[in-house]
Amino acid sequence: MRIALFVTCVNDVAFPSTGIATVRVLERLGVEVDFPEAQTCCGQMQYNTGYPAEAAPLAEKFARDFRGYDAIVVPSGSCGAFVRDIHPRLLGVSEPPPVYELTEFLLDVLQREEVGAYFPHRVAYHPTCHSSRLLKLGDRPTRLLRHVEGLELVELPGAEECCGFGGTFSVKNPDVSAAMGADKVAHAVESGAQYLVAADNSCLMHIGGLASRLKAGIRPVHIAEILASTREEVAA
Amino acid sequence: MSGGTYLGMPSFPAAARLATQDKQLRANLTRATHTIRDKRAKAVAELEDWAELREAGKRIKDHTLRHLDRYLLQLEEKVTEAGGHVHWARDAAEANQIVTDLVRAAGGGDDQPREVVKVKSMATQEIGLNEALAEAGITAYETDLAELIVQLGHDRPSHILVPAIHRNRTEIRDIFRREMAAWGRPAPDELTDTPADLAEAARLHLREKFLRAKVAVSGANFMIAETGTLVVLESEGNGRMCLTLPETLISVVGIEKILPSWQDLEVFLQLLPRSSTAERMNPYTTMWTGTTQGDGPSDFHLVLLDNGRTDTLADTVGRQALRCIRCSACLNVCPVYERAGGHAYGSAYPGPIGAILTPQLRGTATEIDASLPYASTLCGACYEVCPVAIDIPEVLVHLRAQVTENEPGHRAEHAAMKAATYAMTHPTAYRVAQAAAISTRRLQPRKNLPIGPAKAWTEARDLPELPKQTFRQWWKETHR
Repeated sequence: MRIALFVTCVNDVAFPSTGIATVRVLERLGVEVDFPEAQTCCGQMQYNTGYPAEAAPLAEKFARDFRGYDAIVVPSGSCGAFVRDIHPRLLGVSEPPPVYELTEFLLDVLQREEVGAYFPHRVAYHPTCHSSRLLKLGDRPTRLLRHVEGLELVELPGAEECCGFGGTFSVKNPDVSAAMGADKVAHAVESGAQYLVAADNSCLMHIGGLASRLKAGIRPVHIAEILASTREEVAA
Repeated sequence: MSGGTYLGMPSFPAAARLATQDKQLRANLTRATHTIRDKRAKAVAELEDWAELREAGKRIKDHTLRHLDRYLLQLEEKVTEAGGHVHWARDAAEANQIVTDLVRAAGGGDDQPREVVKVKSMATQEIGLNEALAEAGITAYETDLAELIVQLGHDRPSHILVPAIHRNRTEIRDIFRREMAAWGRPAPDELTDTPADLAEAARLHLREKFLRAKVAVSGANFMIAETGTLVVLESEGNGRMCLTLPETLISVVGIEKILPSWQDLEVFLQLLPRSSTAERMNPYTTMWTGTTQGDGPSDFHLVLLDNGRTDTLADTVGRQALRCIRCSACLNVCPVYERAGGHAYGSAYPGPIGAILTPQLRGTATEIDASLPYASTLCGACYEVCPVAIDIPEVLVHLRAQVTENEPGHRAEHAAMKAATYAMTHPTAYRVAQAAAISTRRLQPRKNLPIGPAKAWTEARDLPELPKQTFRQWWKETHR
């Protein structure tokens, strides 16, 4: 089985630690993973903002860059859903590329709930809209989190409510976006968690940016980084 | 904020900005939408076959829309056979003129006061009928409790099902005390803000209008083609009064409200009450077929309204918006509606459904209409609850593409998107852009940027500091 990592453009530049964590988890579980270096972006921003003609070349490029792989692992619910749901439409094909969001790959393909992680903190999980409503990740992320040693999972009030990021919505409608994000931050604080975990760094960038501005003591963290964390690392 | 005209409305972001700063409005909306949202979830969960009902609703509507020409002609024939009169209105102006002429003709002598009582109707809000009648010297009295509150408050509806959702009961008491006398029976001196007292005051105020009215104006939830029957669902009984007491009844109904048969209606009588008021069955369902001697209005007119619907039908992606049964479940789960309020949508149709319906019915030439497809994070909560499975996010994105193509004001954004795609498809350009971002990271401010999207972002949020190394640099160092 040939497995590729699609790190996503946002993670590549702004959150490389998520990509590194994804590679570490997979390698720890004995998976040999490739990083096709030609890869860039899935085109979601262009498409969702109303520029399908600018998204189509990126869907074509994605298909070229990842041709021949049996599984493409992506640490982003939103990009994963876009490739799965919209790329076939842009390319005029019936089958999507074999993309798996990281938690899908761990549970559905590797059939692993326990990945040898250690994270001694109180954590609340935010099911981002595209990972829950489009990809339908369901309880996959929380099943993995419950098996992380030392981790205490607490309930997030209003968990299913959107954080207000919404791609370019965050700058086209900044006031509503910030109002939604501030409510999400308040819920995270209310939960008593030290970390807010999600499967999408773009949502976390928005929530984290608000938490930082509001000086709320909650830290955003991508689920890959919790799953990659080990006792040795925490000790060091 | 009075009247039904939305010309010159500010764009959605500008109106929403003010709404997010209104603490009272935010509190009213959050409490109300969460209450209805939770009740709806319970009512829907009671039915094991909800998914099948939803699919049936979608299919019946799609079938009907595909054969709309045939069903409309059948409906016209049946209504006419049953003693009713059918009028066709291409747009709002035609519909308003038809209704105005019918009211004038029905009113008896010129010394009679020209007035009509109204059943809550989205179609007449859409065409601004009350304002058109007022210009012709005819007073239209809203008789739905929430519509009455809106009318007395010189306000506009902000929700499809509960038009006064932005008001709390203290505000309602104050409006009743201040305004009722000018429209008829005044509010009692000692009116409190308890729901029972407010309802009683409205009941007494409206009763004299029901008993006096010669003409009623309504919409309809459904029209059944096989018999020419119109159907109105309501909760308060005011509709039943209007639909049965006056001599003349004029119903203004969008052409997409048609159903082929009574068997089809069965599906919608389950879908609509649970989705809108979270009831198993609505309290009042009134059905009528033309006229019946000695029973109800002796003169019945049906005004079939297009007003942009056939244009919407021509759009293969956008036409699914015509399935809408106006339940407002999408409003009650929408996080954007909850913060922005209904008025920000600049239309009789607020919320997610309004964001896809209004730009299709009215076009996207104005600032407000062009901004509506962007009034969503694409979170998908609306699609999840829609009883006729309208994929609202899909239509929003589809309309965004139309806006960027047809409307000015997107040139800079288009250039930026083109540049991004160029960089993303040319490895050298991509590497240069990445390297530039990383090497200047210490110089990049994280707060209070002066212009454009960066300003919009940093007004409320800090930017993350870029790392020293991209992922691909790490990969090269460790895996090659």
